[in-house]
Amino acid sequence: METLEQIKTRLEKELPMTQLDIVANDCPAGERSLLVAAPSALAVARFLRDDSQLKLDYCSNVTGIDWPQATIKTKVKKKVAVGGVEKEIEEIVETLRSGHLEVVYHLYSMALKHGPVVLRMRTENRTGHTHLPSLTPLWRGAELQEREVFDLYGVIFDGHPDLRRILMWDGFAGFPMRRDYVSPDDFEYEPTPHDEVLEQARKHYPTEVKA
Amino acid sequence: MIDEGLKNQLHKQGIHVLLLENAYNWGRANSVWPLTFGLACCAIEMMAASMARFDLARFGAEVFRPSPRQADLMIVAGTVTKKMAPLVVRLYNQMPEPKYVIAMGACAISGGPFKQGYNVLKGIDRYLPVDVSIPGCPPRPEALIHGIIMLQEKIKGQKLTGPDRPRFLKAEVPGDYPVPAYAEDDLEPSKNPEVWHPPLIKR
Repeated sequence: METLEQIKTRLEKELPMTQLDIVANDCPAGERSLLVAAPSALAVARFLRDDSQLKLDYCSNVTGIDWPQATIKTKVKKKVAVGGVEKEIEEIVETLRSGHLEVVYHLYSMALKHGPVVLRMRTENRTGHTHLPSLTPLWRGAELQEREVFDLYGVIFDGHPDLRRILMWDGFAGFPMRRDYVSPDDFEYEPTPHDEVLEQARKHYPTEVKA
Repeated sequence: MIDEGLKNQLHKQGIHVLLLENAYNWGRANSVWPLTFGLACCAIEMMAASMARFDLARFGAEVFRPSPRQADLMIVAGTVTKKMAPLVVRLYNQMPEPKYVIAMGACAISGGPFKQGYNVLKGIDRYLPVDVSIPGCPPRPEALIHGIIMLQEKIKGQKLTGPDRPRFLKAEVPGDYPVPAYAEDDLEPSKNPEVWHPPLIKR
């Protein structure tokens, strides 16, 4: 299979208006992915599916990620001249990452027996505008998984044929897999409370629970 | 009450004398029909218990009925999610009296390993009167059989008259339990206070 760079170059030639990025991955497997801007995602996905060299005809997995707003600290090495002598100093740079939701698609080719190509899309933010184009029209297998991402993360897929909650009931408010979700307090007696449970136990039995 | 000596004498002549209560309870204890109803992996053990190797039929509980109208026993086998809980209570309400509930496995008793989850009911005893709880994750088929024998003991000990007769013989006590409704983040109500009494902590 082509490398991600080659795919990206061909995509940029084929669809000149698209915004593409390659997302690095720190984990040992180092599986990198293709980040595509939401407006052109459907066109990019269609190219990946229909291109004769790629033929990514199978969408094996759709999942969601919640990225809350955070400040990221990175160490940067800097060369500073102190009294005529150059010294290398480590400096901590803080960058503000705006919160967003991300949807990840793992694409394989059954015809050419290769893959995966990992495709990512990001929403504008976590609360107001959480729309993304649905890829169910291209891969029918994504239908239920996109419903699951909608159910648990709150990503609204435009163009999905039947976007309803799937695991939680209709009328449920909130999106349980988001980092800031607060689950209902249905604490029950616990003989050996610890960590979060201990906190809850203190709230419910303030006189009995010590330590 | 009949004299023991007379009873023995009659017994030698082939005449058995016993209370109607005992005969009645003996009959129903030995033909408990469970509801065909499984929620998670405990149901696999329940199936194993009813098959040839463990043979639940030896204890008269092999007739798994696919309709609650024909069942005596509800084995809550597995994790009860909040989405499933109202349906479980509704199935229980549809069963005719006398009816019994076995909570099989850690999940049905307390939520088990999923106790901290937002979507799991922390024990079916929040909504239903549980007669026998079988711990285990999942319990072995032998444990289920033991639980059913315990239930049989309980049935055999029930009185037909008097103030301590079971719930289903008291006309004024309703036989069905309120079905919880889906609310925005939890079930409403989150427990039935008539059934569920949280344990008191004593340290």
